[in-house]
Amino acid sequence: MTLAVEVGRGAAETAGAARRPFDPARVRDEFPALAPHLHAPRLAYLDSAASAQKPRAVIDAVAGFYAGDYSNVHRGLHPVAAAADAAYEGARRRLAGFLGAAAPEEVVFVRGATEAINLVARSFLRPRLAAGDEVLVTELEHHANIVPWQMVAEEAGARVVAAPVDDRGDLDLAALARRLGPRTRMVAVTRVSNALGTVVPVAEVAALARSRGVPVLVDGAQAVAHEPVDVTALGCDFYVLSGHKMFAPTGIGVLWGRGELLAAMPPYQGGGGMIRSVSFDGTRFAPPPARFEAGTPHVAGAIGLAAAVDWLEGLDRPAAAAHEAALLADASRRLRELPGVALVGDPRRRVGVLSFTVAGVHPHDVGTVLAAEGVAVRAGHHCAQPLVERFGLTATTRASFAVYNLAEDVDQLVAGVRRAIEVLG
Amino acid sequence: MTGAELRELYQDVILDHGKRPRNFGRLPAANRSAQGDNPLCGDRLTLTVEVADGRVADAAFEGAGCAISVASASLMTDAVKGLPVAEAEALFHRFHRLLAGERGGAAAAGGEAGEDLGKLAVFAGVREYPMRVKCATLPWHTLIAALHSAPAADGAPAASVSTE
Repeated sequence: MTLAVEVGRGAAETAGAARRPFDPARVRDEFPALAPHLHAPRLAYLDSAASAQKPRAVIDAVAGFYAGDYSNVHRGLHPVAAAADAAYEGARRRLAGFLGAAAPEEVVFVRGATEAINLVARSFLRPRLAAGDEVLVTELEHHANIVPWQMVAEEAGARVVAAPVDDRGDLDLAALARRLGPRTRMVAVTRVSNALGTVVPVAEVAALARSRGVPVLVDGAQAVAHEPVDVTALGCDFYVLSGHKMFAPTGIGVLWGRGELLAAMPPYQGGGGMIRSVSFDGTRFAPPPARFEAGTPHVAGAIGLAAAVDWLEGLDRPAAAAHEAALLADASRRLRELPGVALVGDPRRRVGVLSFTVAGVHPHDVGTVLAAEGVAVRAGHHCAQPLVERFGLTATTRASFAVYNLAEDVDQLVAGVRRAIEVLG
Repeated sequence: MTGAELRELYQDVILDHGKRPRNFGRLPAANRSAQGDNPLCGDRLTLTVEVADGRVADAAFEGAGCAISVASASLMTDAVKGLPVAEAEALFHRFHRLLAGERGGAAAAGGEAGEDLGKLAVFAGVREYPMRVKCATLPWHTLIAALHSAPAADGAPAASVSTE
């Protein structure tokens, strides 16, 4: 346990020592996909909430693994296998440090936040769920933090209830406290809304839930690219993230769970790598995290994810956060000044995301005109249909920001929306 | 992509029908109906059709959508009114070929498949935008589902289609 904390701290300190002064233009240059190319002389990539671009450091780490010490893990006796093992378990320790986990064994590598939530719903919650029980989520949730709970609730005759948001798009904490009843078996809440950018005070939610003995899962998918995480300080029981939204490869993510909870959970999938011994009379399962990692894991993904953590922690994160906040504030102000443009929600704290509508112009058409101007945004319900409908809409246009965005991206966005109004308004 | 190409997509006829859709509403005398959904964007339309003597006597739609899908539903309902059911289906296949053809062949399509499409040929530009083809074809898929649905007079959509 002590070792894990030291490893985490040690890595952060190393990164801190090498920390470079924050220069957003140089940050952007580290992303090959943002260089001028065929589709746009200058791509204003404002779709990072869907997936973030990858820095050269991550691409090189993945390519370096495949070109260098490539092997399966946990099985081979040859030196290359030992190197792959070391890299994979090193990535686990790196993520434990990044999250503030008590031990590397609390970090389970999964495909992404979606799989992590399904794992918790299936292995942790399902055995505890009886007819009439409730799972409490919020109206801010991505479908990934609704549907897995609905699936196990339906099996058990339980139901999923949602704490409401107010008209600003902030979570109504008092209402959440009222919904937290004697039948609540789980609280699952996002840290940042992928559709509105609302920042949820998850530590307060966790404190409320735990005071009633209810376990809490925090969906960090939309948060980790924008703020440091400390799961111990948060006081939650599970924290999930997707690598691809924090500059790492697709297909890799993390389920962090408190050690004693993971130790008591049955496996999620069966296969190789998750057993202690197998016979036709029965199988004894390995302890966590191996118990939850059946089959060959995404070793290259884990290595890429660790490289993304190194890259992120190498940034001056307070300066990066201030830069992102300034872009978001500038974009909000300038979009509001355009005729017929309305921002959806006005949360007290917002990161990374701006959803808006243009009077008389459908978001898909706004998105198509923006694409013609070299601006990549998303139009639709953003896999948060209940939230978008809560605001009386079926779709919005969403511009989402990351640390590599520049003032020019906001200029291009505003010019593009102006163009959409001209052509279609 | 240039401004000219954008205008190729958003032609005046499309903008006009997108803003002021014809045949908007629900037919009281409908005996066929269907609902169409695009789960990608949440667009939804309900199509009501009156079939009499093997012909599309009348057609109307309601719902919300982008300029492309609303204009497509508007122009489609105009185009199929009075057609024998079999000809309405044949028109769908020609329209589908116009949109599903090779990219970069919009001009050629205007000369071939576009010839007998009348006003519907304005959608030739959509083929350059693969992400938007479903917007234009959703009303047509909904029409086909309605025509194949069991005759009913209660007005509730008897069939449903989805772009997924």
